[in-house]
Amino acid sequence: MIRLVVNGESREVEKDTTVAALLEELGSPPERAAIELNLQIIDKKEYTRTVLKDGDRLEIISFVGGG
Amino acid sequence: MKGDFLTIGGIQLKSRLIVGTGKYKDFEQTRRAIEASGADMVTVAVRRVNIIDRNKENLLDYIDPKKYKILPNTAGCYTADEAVRTARLAQAAGITNLVKLEVIGDQKTLFPDTAGLIEAAKILVKEGFIVLPYTNDDPIVAKRLEDVGCACVMPLAAPIGSGLGIRNPYNIQIIRETVKVPVIVDAGVGTASDAAIAMEMGCDGVLMNTGIAGAQDPIAMAEAMKYAVWAGRLAYKAGRIPKKLYANASSPVEGMIE
Repeated sequence: MIRLVVNGESREVEKDTTVAALLEELGSPPERAAIELNLQIIDKKEYTRTVLKDGDRLEIISFVGGG
Repeated sequence: MKGDFLTIGGIQLKSRLIVGTGKYKDFEQTRRAIEASGADMVTVAVRRVNIIDRNKENLLDYIDPKKYKILPNTAGCYTADEAVRTARLAQAAGITNLVKLEVIGDQKTLFPDTAGLIEAAKILVKEGFIVLPYTNDDPIVAKRLEDVGCACVMPLAAPIGSGLGIRNPYNIQIIRETVKVPVIVDAGVGTASDAAIAMEMGCDGVLMNTGIAGAQDPIAMAEAMKYAVWAGRLAYKAGRIPKKLYANASSPVEGMIE
């Protein structure tokens, strides 16, 4: 297992988990979310190829009501 | 008004009313209010996905991005860096390169930090964003924002959510005369007449959220705002009469019985 920080919360996932797999686990639709990994935006095309490492910090955002 | 489009950064909008999606009771009410407003551009905020409550509904299930132009904001950002980061994330979500740029200066007033705003605008314009900046009612700042390539300027009428209406109409008028890009009055609209006044002054559009969402009946207020923007725009194009101190009879003065 490796430890990540996802949206400020600590989280354990299997070793070699990709961004795509994490998103699936979290149940948020990838086409409407955007992801920053250690302050770098990850292109959607890279989700399946990006393997997460211990200590990675992710921000997963989406749109909510706002003015 | 057929053919009277509002064009921002090459995007043609049929409605001159842009509405927010915050503060509604639920998504269904949001959807109905937006429909009643007739707006075709709506603002949204960028926030962390709720990773605990996985089955939470998404706003965009109710506001179809194919039907509405989605305008993500950088609300809650207090520095140029934060705003730029938020705008990039919004763009990475893959539905738009528009951004309603906000760099807030102070929690109490939510007035813009205009120095940070110009700095962030400069960066985002270079990166190809269509930047719609929420700014102060300051004509010099509006000019600077136009100069760095913003697609429009959006001076506040009054503090966000205050409902005070246009506090400095003279500055808004000077902004209208100073910049060539569209002027959208953003924030502080309380009721229909506030929106109509902005349009009568020659502003190109009005953006609001609380004025509609906070009303007793948001759906009815959304419709009222639609008509107010139309009425104000029509009156502006019609050309109002000059204001005079004394009366000028409407009925003929000749042919009176004696």
